[in-house]
Amino acid sequence: MSINGKAYIAGAFEHPTRKATDKSIAQLHAECAQGALADAGLTRNDIDGYFCAGAPGLGGLNMANHLGLRLRHIDSTDTGGSSYLIHVSHAAQAIAAGKCNVALITLAGRPRSEKVPHGTQVRSRGADVPDEPFEIPYAPVTINLYAMVAMRHMHEYGTTSEQLAWVKVAASHHAQHNPNAMLRDVVTVKDVVESPMISDPLHRLDCCVVSDGGGALIVTRPEIARSLKRPLVKIRGAGEAIKHQMGGTQYDICVSGGAWSGPRAFEEAGVKPADIKYASIYDSFTITVVVQLEDLGFCKKGEGGRFVADGNLISGSGKLPFNTDGGGLCNNHPDNRGGMTKVIEAVRQLRGEAHAAVQVKNCDLALAHGTGARLGHRHASATLIMERE
Amino acid sequence: MATPYQERKIADPTINVGDEPYFEAAAQGKLLFKQCEDCGKPHHYPRGFCPFCFSDKVSWREAKGTGKVHTYSVTRRAGPIPYCIAYVELDEGVILMTNIVDCDLDAVRIGQKVKVAFKQSAGGVAVPMFTPA
Repeated sequence: MSINGKAYIAGAFEHPTRKATDKSIAQLHAECAQGALADAGLTRNDIDGYFCAGAPGLGGLNMANHLGLRLRHIDSTDTGGSSYLIHVSHAAQAIAAGKCNVALITLAGRPRSEKVPHGTQVRSRGADVPDEPFEIPYAPVTINLYAMVAMRHMHEYGTTSEQLAWVKVAASHHAQHNPNAMLRDVVTVKDVVESPMISDPLHRLDCCVVSDGGGALIVTRPEIARSLKRPLVKIRGAGEAIKHQMGGTQYDICVSGGAWSGPRAFEEAGVKPADIKYASIYDSFTITVVVQLEDLGFCKKGEGGRFVADGNLISGSGKLPFNTDGGGLCNNHPDNRGGMTKVIEAVRQLRGEAHAAVQVKNCDLALAHGTGARLGHRHASATLIMERE
Repeated sequence: MATPYQERKIADPTINVGDEPYFEAAAQGKLLFKQCEDCGKPHHYPRGFCPFCFSDKVSWREAKGTGKVHTYSVTRRAGPIPYCIAYVELDEGVILMTNIVDCDLDAVRIGQKVKVAFKQSAGGVAVPMFTPA
């Protein structure tokens, strides 16, 4: 069974807060749900499916209780930051199978207020995780796991720090138009490569922001979507994949799960990378974008550095406009999980509701892609292709 | 510029049932890996089955303790002391996460030959790290 055309994204909401010292995570989930329902023109009682990851408590159960949802379908798939892309796909599957009519997806978090240095702190997943005894003593943190990918990519393909910097430069060009973005100043390649080195070869400006906030999406069946007063955003295809360390052999650290999730999504949608008018690409770090663009087929493996250089990702001048909200690098990275905002900006582009300065002309086909957990380690990739009808 | 190696506090491994021989051998200065007796492939981290052919006929082997740097990063701002995280590919073919120690961290390079050197965790568990060969 294909999900192509079986479901639509009818509501999308990005919480405007970037620092929520006065709100609980549960309250942020509620405000995001309210925002997405208002955007869609639906009410809480229309929801019969709920998709939630990373929330306090037992998956989505505690949030369903908190929000007072009456559900006949629940999914707590948690693959880190890519969860929300997978939730859209799973919601479409559930709708196509008749298991729910209106699916709510929520994300919220407040790592900025909690002052946890997530990118530079060893995060144990606890005893019994089988890989941890062989890794935790070596102090793997988010940035050095990505940095090792960048180091190997430079070694194998000649990628440069200046090329990586172009990813941040493009994001900053977009963020200047987003009043909610954390970092709105346009930066140059020189600014990036001269910012402090955090973990070789990644500088401070190669890293995404740490922000509070959240977002929510409403996915529904075609006849309900058509009854609403919003532009129609149809789900065309989706792919998901887990990439791991292959038992410690045959391990190509420069390849992400996008090499599998991407082709699956393109096949289901019946389109090619060249057909995509706008792409939301998870940008936890600049290298993340380069590797994923290669694996999704926007360029050949190893050519990502050259592909992103010279402003090629800047809307209006580049060949592949990306992350026109400023992305994780400049706008927002709620709960250290970037997949939700990637879908939201793609929906804005397809509806023609992005900021006029970054709106892609005739944007009728968009892709959103994310990586959950860590590149250079074990991670879950998810790709989503959407069309304006 | 040089970034001399400095001793840092090493977190204790949370050893799970079945992992004990690896760390007991490390205390004796030996580096172990698991190998499948059916398909012949080595793997890491060690499991009670082969992740390639799913056979349960796997056994511990002692590595020569030499290999080369597959990739690395000197982590400069994630704590008080810079350290070099790396993936090292052993001569036996498995790639393992480790740290490069006892050298100028700025001189570490991909492809560099390294040999095992054991360091003690905060709780006194020997963990394998690597130093230039």
